[in-house]
Amino acid sequence: MPQRRHTPSAITDGDVRKLELIANTIREDILKMLLTAGSGHSAGPLGMADIFTALYFHILHHNPKRPTWDERDRLFLSNGHIVPVRYVTMAHAGYFPVAELQTLRKFGSRLQGHPEMRFLPGLENTSGPLGDGSSQAVGTAYVAKMDGSPWHTYCVMSDGELECGITWEAALFAAKNQLNNLTWIIDRNNIQIDGYTEDIMPLEPLHDKFTAFGWNVLEIDGHNIRDIINACDRGESTWEAPTVIIAHTIPGKGVSFMECEPSWHGKPPKDRKELGRALRELRTLNGAIEAGS
Amino acid sequence: MIVSSAKLVKDLFAKTIKTEPTRNGFGRGLVEAGKRNVSVVALCADLSESTRVLDFKHAFPDRYIQIGVSEQSLAAIASGMALAGKIPFIASYAAFSPGRNWEQIRTTGCLQNVNLKIAGAHAGISVGPDGATHQMTEDIALMRVLPNMTVLVPCDAIEAEKATIAAAEIDGPVYVRLGREATPIFTTEKSPFEVGKAQVLSKGNDVAIIACGPQVYEALKAARDLEKSGIETRVINCVSVKPLDTETIIKAAKECGAVVTVEEAQIAGGMGSAVCELLSQECPTPVIRMGMRDEFGQSGKPEELLEHYHLTAPWIVRAAKSVMKRK
Repeated sequence: MPQRRHTPSAITDGDVRKLELIANTIREDILKMLLTAGSGHSAGPLGMADIFTALYFHILHHNPKRPTWDERDRLFLSNGHIVPVRYVTMAHAGYFPVAELQTLRKFGSRLQGHPEMRFLPGLENTSGPLGDGSSQAVGTAYVAKMDGSPWHTYCVMSDGELECGITWEAALFAAKNQLNNLTWIIDRNNIQIDGYTEDIMPLEPLHDKFTAFGWNVLEIDGHNIRDIINACDRGESTWEAPTVIIAHTIPGKGVSFMECEPSWHGKPPKDRKELGRALRELRTLNGAIEAGS
Repeated sequence: MIVSSAKLVKDLFAKTIKTEPTRNGFGRGLVEAGKRNVSVVALCADLSESTRVLDFKHAFPDRYIQIGVSEQSLAAIASGMALAGKIPFIASYAAFSPGRNWEQIRTTGCLQNVNLKIAGAHAGISVGPDGATHQMTEDIALMRVLPNMTVLVPCDAIEAEKATIAAAEIDGPVYVRLGREATPIFTTEKSPFEVGKAQVLSKGNDVAIIACGPQVYEALKAARDLEKSGIETRVINCVSVKPLDTETIIKAAKECGAVVTVEEAQIAGGMGSAVCELLSQECPTPVIRMGMRDEFGQSGKPEELLEHYHLTAPWIVRAAKSVMKRK
């Protein structure tokens, strides 16, 4: 495997602040687009805004003007239902006009309810059925090693989809083949459609499970930009194993009545009034600062 | 009666006709495909010997990937490799792949429309003693219904080799159905083969027998026996179940007026269904479909099972005579 252009991502407090503000804008746009769409998932996308921001605005080597650039890092999304956060982040990163976000889930839109690579350039995979994306990421990372390609493969996935057997099939394969060019990022938000993961099907001790499977396991606060970037750096510079980052996130992050509430897993804001409440909370950081300031 | 352009073997009905499983042809075709294109890779789920992937492993050890008994990730990892530019063949028993991993084939193979090539070995009841769990009879239906999928059911080892090489060259997902048992090699290197084409093997306007897989040979034997009763039979090798050769099949229905379809698979959703879907719309014609009739197989010798489930020449003869009465 050739040396990658890996340099630890020096990041200043100012950079972190900038990324946090972008993440907040992304949260606002997620809610706006979901209201227009009239259906879709709120909690997961809000919870993953910081991670997607860090990925697209700092970690990934990519080029929005050349989405099929050979040397790009591959970002798979396995839990396709949180794609609103990816769409919004991609739009702000320059893949397509922000105005197009309002077409989400509409007939003729490139922004399908679940992400489809046949419509939108820049998506590495089509996903929705849980468990498939992480396996595909493993296949792609394997090819990069076969061919000596320097790029890194990331896969964002949910905690609920760890209940899929295929996930562990792929985990075995990645460890066997020491895919050190692969990083899975698990959105550990503890909720799934029917309730809390530990009630539906307990996943803990998750860290130990992946350790036992032969992975390099990192556990972070999924809302701490610096943590996210540092963990990805460590994943890219690990040589002996694939890396999994268990990112603890708050589903519905930033909106008090959505946070940690499984009922917000799969629905959008119901009207402009509810959207207004949510946006006010985001803009004032839950009242910590005055609205409009 | 045999069409000379079909270039079949000379002593077609000799007792000494050579036999070989279609999976052997797949094994050779895979190596050839690997020689022709460095992007071809092979993935196997703990069945490398019996699916005949072993030859590829020896020829190209760096392009052979052992997945273990994990058919779901077999399909999805392969699709991920296809996304990164490879042409992956995945091989297992058809009962497990595409039996167990249909959703992964649907989403990651067909919806993404990538170069996922699926080799389903040990298809049909002629698997024999292993019994119904390992006798895949629903695979044609499962694969045929998927948009973007090509479905090939080669009739002998030579055609299986051609189908495998062709599969590597097709842009998109392909299913190649293979059998376990040694069956007659009755086509030759010179026999025409083309994806999307059915081959007319014998001339006749009294009845058409459309078959796929090793049942094509049974159909030819049936045609020979029907000839003794003065019935001229058009035997069609429907190797390309999807895309279907609509022109050849409609022409046969029009000119013969009665059709028998034969396959070692469920008649529900199988090749015979594809023929009926076409004919009911374009040229309504009496059809008898032969195959598994909403039932599972069981243990037994292959020839016992083929006889029991009416997949041998004498049963095809009876069906042909019966369908002709409905003209």
